[in-house]
Amino acid sequence: MMWRIRAFERAAEAGLANGHVAGAVHMSIGQEAVAAGVSAHLIKADVIASTHRGHGHSIAKGADLHGMMLELYGRAGGSCGGKGGSMHIADFDVGMLGANGVVGAGLPIAVGAAQGLRLLGRNAIAVCYFGDGAANRGPFLESLNWAAVFRLPVLFVCEDNSWSATTRTATMSAGPGIAARAESLGVPAVSIDGNDVEAVDETAGRLIADIRAGGGPRLLHARTYRLKGHTVTDPAPYRPAEEVAARWEDDPIARNAAELKALGLDEDEIAAIEIAETRRIAEAVAAALAAPFPETAAAFDDVQDVGRPAPGAERGLAHPLPAEHAA
Amino acid sequence: MSGFTYIEGARRALAEELERDPRVWALGEDLGRGGVFKQYDGLQARFGETRVVDTPISEATIMGAAVGAALVGSRPVVEMRFSDFALCAVDELVNQAAKNRFMFGGQGRVPLVVRQPIGVWRSSGAQHSQSLESWWVHIPGLVVTAPATPADAYALLKAAIRCDDPVVHLEHKALWPLSGAAPESDAPAELGRAAIRRPGRDVTIVAWSAAVHEALEAARLAAMEGVEAEVIDLRSLWPWDADCVLSSVARTRRLIVAQEAVRDAGFGAEIVATVTEALGDRLEAKPVRLGAPRIPVGYSAPLEAAYRVGPDNIARAITGMAA
Repeated sequence: MMWRIRAFERAAEAGLANGHVAGAVHMSIGQEAVAAGVSAHLIKADVIASTHRGHGHSIAKGADLHGMMLELYGRAGGSCGGKGGSMHIADFDVGMLGANGVVGAGLPIAVGAAQGLRLLGRNAIAVCYFGDGAANRGPFLESLNWAAVFRLPVLFVCEDNSWSATTRTATMSAGPGIAARAESLGVPAVSIDGNDVEAVDETAGRLIADIRAGGGPRLLHARTYRLKGHTVTDPAPYRPAEEVAARWEDDPIARNAAELKALGLDEDEIAAIEIAETRRIAEAVAAALAAPFPETAAAFDDVQDVGRPAPGAERGLAHPLPAEHAA
Repeated sequence: MSGFTYIEGARRALAEELERDPRVWALGEDLGRGGVFKQYDGLQARFGETRVVDTPISEATIMGAAVGAALVGSRPVVEMRFSDFALCAVDELVNQAAKNRFMFGGQGRVPLVVRQPIGVWRSSGAQHSQSLESWWVHIPGLVVTAPATPADAYALLKAAIRCDDPVVHLEHKALWPLSGAAPESDAPAELGRAAIRRPGRDVTIVAWSAAVHEALEAARLAAMEGVEAEVIDLRSLWPWDADCVLSSVARTRRLIVAQEAVRDAGFGAEIVATVTEALGDRLEAKPVRLGAPRIPVGYSAPLEAAYRVGPDNIARAITGMAA
């Protein structure tokens, strides 16, 4: 799974470089262990709310890879019909309720989804991914308090990559940290090494079991690192080169491969996973390149049912006179 | 009149929808105690704490949670206490609720209603008196409704709850005790359909919410001077019934828009622009926009009065235009 995410994002990066992918593309390279470890414990009926850095969460939840790639390429048939792009990837069929362009916006959506699921008698949970920067926004406080008050089945997953866009989060955050903030709001929290996929898997499994047993919300604070810039086009000169180099040594995929090797797994078998995932993604890219762009008229769909854009609106026409007065 | 009030219309509409559809629920601050204006009185006792939910004072999360709850298939009715407080939840309303369906290519629907009490009421000051309808109408994806009568408080709220798109439902605080005719049936209103509250041949006045009543009073005053004004109650601002307005102005050839909100860059400008684009060469007078000056609402009685348009101003505009 981690390789699938990595291969997808490498392809997105390449697509942006050669001009086929546009807009803001935020990579989660280096953070794959969090999505992979958490999603291992989710069922299809569970829902997730994601961030602007949402490729990994979507893929791990089972989102359609071809639909995602078509979306990045802005093509018809993309997950969002070409209206979302990387920053608004979503696949509602697998409970992936959307990547979000606003930091922290997924928090209240996730608690509401959990409340709605309970009201409708559905036995499922909500997972909310957010970054360390989001913990400085009001919705973090409101949503954790809310989830605790209503004992909602929500797992809050903080992917702490140390950076709020181009600012080191620690310089902007008071107090002893995110887990302590969660505990102060009545949400039990666990801090772990988020680059250790086994640790994520084990801890997420335990927290999700607690939530499914009716224990109310939990928070998983996963310390990880964004190995790339804030967006693909950000060379991240604000980070010391030594820091980045040191963090590449902690690449969760390389770490996991080393651990598997130590357990006796053949090197060729590990390489085969990489090759298979890279090939799978290459097929999605080829399909995206071959696909047509959406018709312009699609820009007027799915706005609203009543009061939808009037016919002719795209040409700037005024409201036509009612027939009896059109003389 | 039967004594059917605006507040009773709203309460009855919500109760009937809660009864009809188990997916409908309401959330907001102090709903268990009936809400700020008692518009939820008795509903929690009847439907329980999971259908009529008391929430923390967390406007952003009240609105955001409603978005999430709507996405999984429930139908939340959000209470904002005062329209002004909805500004604490603008991201959730504008960037999340209104954009979701489009941005994700129609995968999700957000059938929520946001009840936002608007308007000047009992010296409430600058942060409890605003009418911000033009903000919401400006956002693609939002439906905006503003009942002026008890029957519409009932029928438009029902329509809002049954609408599959997010609806901003603006209830005027000064209208809660207003008595009027009970609705003739339990049917929801048709969104986007205006009502002609008073027919007239000389001038068309377009208004909504409480300003409808001021326009009616102004039309009565103008009639004593021999000028017959037609009063159109828009009822919903998006979609708005341009056909009704254009048909009326095509006959009267004169247009006044009267709104309680600040006049500048308000929704009245949209109506004037639309009418001018369609009928500009057939108008016999320049269209007039009446609204509040571009000032916040003051507390003291004369300061508050300086904000109001009022029937006298509207009546002067009517007779001035017809002269």
